[in-house]
Amino acid sequence: MKYVDEFRNPKGGKGILADIERLVAKTGRTAKNPLKVMEICGGHTHAIFKFGLQSMLPEALELVHGPGCPVCVLPVGRVDDALSLAVRPNVIFASFGDAIRVPGSKGSLLEAKAEGADVRTVYSPSDALELARQNPNQKVIFFGLGFETTVPSTALTVLEAARDGVDNFLVFSNHITIVPTLRALLDSDGLHLDGFVGPGHVSMVIGVRPYDFVAAEYKKPFVVSGFEPLDVLQSVRMLLAQIVDGRATVENQYRRLVKDDGNRVALEAIQEVFEPRATFEWRGLGSIEHSGLQLRAAYARFDAEAHFKVPSVSVPDPGVCECGDVLKGAIKPWECKVFGTACTPETPIGACMVSSEGACAAHYNYGRLNPSSRLRTVS
Amino acid sequence: MNGDDQRLMQRIEKHRRRLGKVRESVVVLAHGGGGKAMRDLIDDLVVGELGGEGLVVDEDQARFSLGALAAHGDRLAFTTDTYVVTPLFFPGGDIGKLAVNGTVNDLAVSGAKPLYLSCGLVLEEGLPIETLRRVLRSMKLAADEAGVQIVTGDTKVVPRGKADQLFINTSGVGVIPKGVEVHAQGLRPDDCVLVNGYLGDHGAAILVARGELKLESDIATDSAPLNGMIAELVKAVEVRAMRDVTRGGLAAVLNELALSSEVGMVVDASALPVRREVAGLTELLGLDPVHLANEGKVVVVVPAKDVEPALRIMRAHRYGQESALIARCRAESPGIVTLDTGFGGERILEMLVGEPLPRIC
Repeated sequence: MKYVDEFRNPKGGKGILADIERLVAKTGRTAKNPLKVMEICGGHTHAIFKFGLQSMLPEALELVHGPGCPVCVLPVGRVDDALSLAVRPNVIFASFGDAIRVPGSKGSLLEAKAEGADVRTVYSPSDALELARQNPNQKVIFFGLGFETTVPSTALTVLEAARDGVDNFLVFSNHITIVPTLRALLDSDGLHLDGFVGPGHVSMVIGVRPYDFVAAEYKKPFVVSGFEPLDVLQSVRMLLAQIVDGRATVENQYRRLVKDDGNRVALEAIQEVFEPRATFEWRGLGSIEHSGLQLRAAYARFDAEAHFKVPSVSVPDPGVCECGDVLKGAIKPWECKVFGTACTPETPIGACMVSSEGACAAHYNYGRLNPSSRLRTVS
Repeated sequence: MNGDDQRLMQRIEKHRRRLGKVRESVVVLAHGGGGKAMRDLIDDLVVGELGGEGLVVDEDQARFSLGALAAHGDRLAFTTDTYVVTPLFFPGGDIGKLAVNGTVNDLAVSGAKPLYLSCGLVLEEGLPIETLRRVLRSMKLAADEAGVQIVTGDTKVVPRGKADQLFINTSGVGVIPKGVEVHAQGLRPDDCVLVNGYLGDHGAAILVARGELKLESDIATDSAPLNGMIAELVKAVEVRAMRDVTRGGLAAVLNELALSSEVGMVVDASALPVRREVAGLTELLGLDPVHLANEGKVVVVVPAKDVEPALRIMRAHRYGQESALIARCRAESPGIVTLDTGFGGERILEMLVGEPLPRIC
């Protein structure tokens, strides 16, 4: 596959790994006091585990898996809200695949479907709009999820529905934005990170400028990265070079797709349709100001929450679940009491175990083999 | 009774003995009712399309001579599988072809020579007769290719909405040649794992054929009878274990074998045969070819000394041209399958949990 295979060539990795080794040695950090670099995006977590990257890195460098899996950070209360919409009569509830297994307090969408709710898996919001056109007598509710990566497609679909007068199309928006979340993360106590591998797909939309504050205010290096193994390794090398030089800037490793100013058309569509919520709850991280997006008043007729009353009850995570600390990078997945015992991909308690991009599921599936790599990263 | 009456009676009796013919264009409830309509359906479609020397119509069961069976070996293999698939027809095959090849392969991977199949049909009221005819014709073609006979069957019709068009159950009987010992517990450290070609074709073909993705591709199902190739293999080399790769994909088969035999297994990611189109599709959807279904693939485990002759036999066969050595067994990490990512890293290759669901981003 063009633009994929060349970034998976193991030969290319050898030189980068040698550089990484050399740079880490220069920092003087050790396995006991490792450098901590957070990859924010679930896509990166997935790639890191899929290609076994952690096992190739020096012991004095630890990758911390951040909160960038939109399915994982969806709080229990919002899943319950989604269920309350899905079980309504005359409703078709359209969702991305991995969201339908997320457990709420009263089960998942998958279980609701088995009990008769009309829940459909779609691959894009435009699939949901098509469902609405085909079923004019039913309300089709699209389960809007994701960061700026998926917001533009939802926004453009709402604009299309408005243009074509498809009034039975609704969006249940759980869209979130990266910048307020990053700031909340940087402000949280007990979090010591040496740099960030920034989300490439989000940056295709918003560009790299919005991250400037990370370097300017918090003095942390930040490298926007692609998703192939060589991309991730190269980004880590760029971060290490900054750390060794004592620099903190925002750099763009993913130049083949990310423009510094992002995608104007996509940004305009978001701006037209969505506005920030006063506050939005994240699983494990609590409420973060301006981190969620809702439909503007002008598009309220497409807003599922304006149409139907949802319970909107904040439901605490199950007591034993430590997803919050995992998402903040405060503990490693296997340090959670229920990891691999009560909480497994078959019986997920917390959201990090549900999506294959979640840190716990990724670790359960790909990482549990090598106990030595586990021990050495326990800090 | 005068001559005219006699001729009339003869005409009626001749008519009664003629093979029935279905006049409806769709399946109706009467086709499962046990009366004349059902007789017509069986005569016209089941006997007409599936009929061969082995198909028993007058009795409620097929009968075999034990002596004839014993000529093939010393143990019977017996299996059953039920086929439900949407859509019924897809590139490279249909539900009928799957129903024959699937059961043939389930028998063959025990080392058995598949001989006889049954065919149970559950028809939804309203199913076009032509659809049923096409499926049965395809079953007949598949059975002929595999060298098995469909010898008994059953037909039920359920009201519209109580089934999705057409379900097929096939059971199969085969005979295992004397001396052939193929077991899931048969793997030993240093044994080698082979597969007979491209992974994930069937799963990918069905995903595209459902039309939900708005993608076009030339990917076709890999549905094929593997008994011919397997018969040559078990004759020539020592086969420790075999399993056909179906739902759950390669990952499920390797994990089952590793757990049953309590050996570790290291898969070489760069050796996995995957078509470019399938690799692209799975990359796009966040799926993995090792989790996609196949209908004409078999995992064969042989001792290291037999790798070369086994691959030679497999590659010479129509359904094994892309055969490859994909994994080795080891004593360490018993029950765990790991993947050498080809990038220097190693990770666990786990069975898929739940259905393969596309990731959001």
